[in-house]
Amino acid sequence: MTKSTVLYDAPGPRALRRYRLIGAIAVVALIALAYVVVKVLYDNGQLEYEGVWEPFVTPAYMEIIWQGLLNTLKAAVFAILGALVYGVLFGIGKLSDHRLIRWPSWLVVEFFRAVPLLLLIIFSWALLDQQVDAAFYALVAGLILYNGSVLAEVFRAGINAVPKGQAEAAYALGMRKSQVMGSVLMPQAVRIMLPSIISQCIVALKDTSLGFVILAPGLTTVGRDIYREYKNYLATALVLLLIYLVINLLLDWLGRWVERKYSGGHKLNVTAVGVLGEEERQARAEVEAARQAATKGGAGTGAGGYQ
Amino acid sequence: MDALTENWDLVLDGFVKTLQLLVGAGALALVIGTLVALFRVSPVPVLRGTGTVYVTIFRNSPLLVLLLITYYGLPQLGINPSFYWKVVLAMGLYTGAFVAESLRSGINGIPLGQAEASRSLGFTFGQTMTQVVLPQSFRNVVPPLASVFIALTKNTSLASSFGVAEATFRMKGLNNDYATERVVIFLGIALGYVIIVEAISFGAAMLERRWRAER
Repeated sequence: MTKSTVLYDAPGPRALRRYRLIGAIAVVALIALAYVVVKVLYDNGQLEYEGVWEPFVTPAYMEIIWQGLLNTLKAAVFAILGALVYGVLFGIGKLSDHRLIRWPSWLVVEFFRAVPLLLLIIFSWALLDQQVDAAFYALVAGLILYNGSVLAEVFRAGINAVPKGQAEAAYALGMRKSQVMGSVLMPQAVRIMLPSIISQCIVALKDTSLGFVILAPGLTTVGRDIYREYKNYLATALVLLLIYLVINLLLDWLGRWVERKYSGGHKLNVTAVGVLGEEERQARAEVEAARQAATKGGAGTGAGGYQ
Repeated sequence: MDALTENWDLVLDGFVKTLQLLVGAGALALVIGTLVALFRVSPVPVLRGTGTVYVTIFRNSPLLVLLLITYYGLPQLGINPSFYWKVVLAMGLYTGAFVAESLRSGINGIPLGQAEASRSLGFTFGQTMTQVVLPQSFRNVVPPLASVFIALTKNTSLASSFGVAEATFRMKGLNNDYATERVVIFLGIALGYVIIVEAISFGAAMLERRWRAER
């Protein structure tokens, strides 16, 4: 049933009739569109088995695609693990009390977030003398620098989202700063951060496709070999798309599940906006969250989604 | 420094191409994104479903694979626009999904009470929209839209592998010609991207500040 929203009242009988009419027109339009797509595909010989879809049911090629998928997943796993380590280091670095640690961490994180990933990958590969065997490492290095910098922001925001009183209480019990961070703030922050980390896994996985540019082993590079041989460009690209979609949707589903189970249905909002003004924006958002939490009379419910 | 100083015209030309891609793909993404966002908030279930399917597919596909489809795949269907348009089409379709999500979250971020209040004041649907809901959703939408356009700026670098001589393409070329100056070349080109990103970020902050005063 259509509910009342900011945009619409709950519909009356006339509105309902109109909605049904629009719905019916939309269905007809979608069917027509599907028909046109299939017809264009058919007329251009894109639905034939031989030479177009054949390789994707040929065991030898399926094996190659499978290897490509494994390489893609390997790159993604290495990249995420590396990015987590990098993110923890620089995220905590950005929170440091020492200016000599805080400033360089800030500069590194902001720089690698603002520079295109492809530029990082090509540069890493150039530093490795553009060796074919080094392409995998260049891809992973680029992914770590970029995703790690995003995760550094996630860590910082996650730790800031733990209510202030937690750290104060820990200090009052006589804990040292490293203990407060390690035993009190981090374990709670991780719960808040999990959904954001999983979203970042999707980003990293999608970006492994850039290995294509430096011919790093992986799905897109395998796809290139196949369409070079069969000239079945469209079919190959569609198969690659389907594989990436299936994996990403599984990850997306996992992320939602984790979000419901561990983060109380909330997700950290770490936007990629800006390089300058981010600190200011963050501070403002925190003040706003604290203000809302205070007016609701509940401690911590508003801040960053900590339940 | 020779690599950059001797070839500054090439580098500059590269960034002009980068900006052309940004404008073309950005405009297409805004059109698609607005349409899809309207679908997603519409009261008609079929349209809402269509919008959701669009966003799900395009948000979860790698841009590079979409580029393979428009660049190598479309010509197989007898559709063969120029390099620029093939790249703009893929980037516009991809970025459109993110624009749609930003717009939708902007509209959804407005409390239901606002619409209820304006209805109880006797505002018509049109008045509620133009006087109360939309002006506020524009304000909500600035930061996420800025993120989307920053991401698009960085994504234009993918065009370097698809026959458009933009900034990253120039870096590749200079890397080959001046093998000893790779770090300088990288930092120089990276700086160009940082400047564009900062400009978008600064513009968004200005808009936000100006509109915040009205709250």
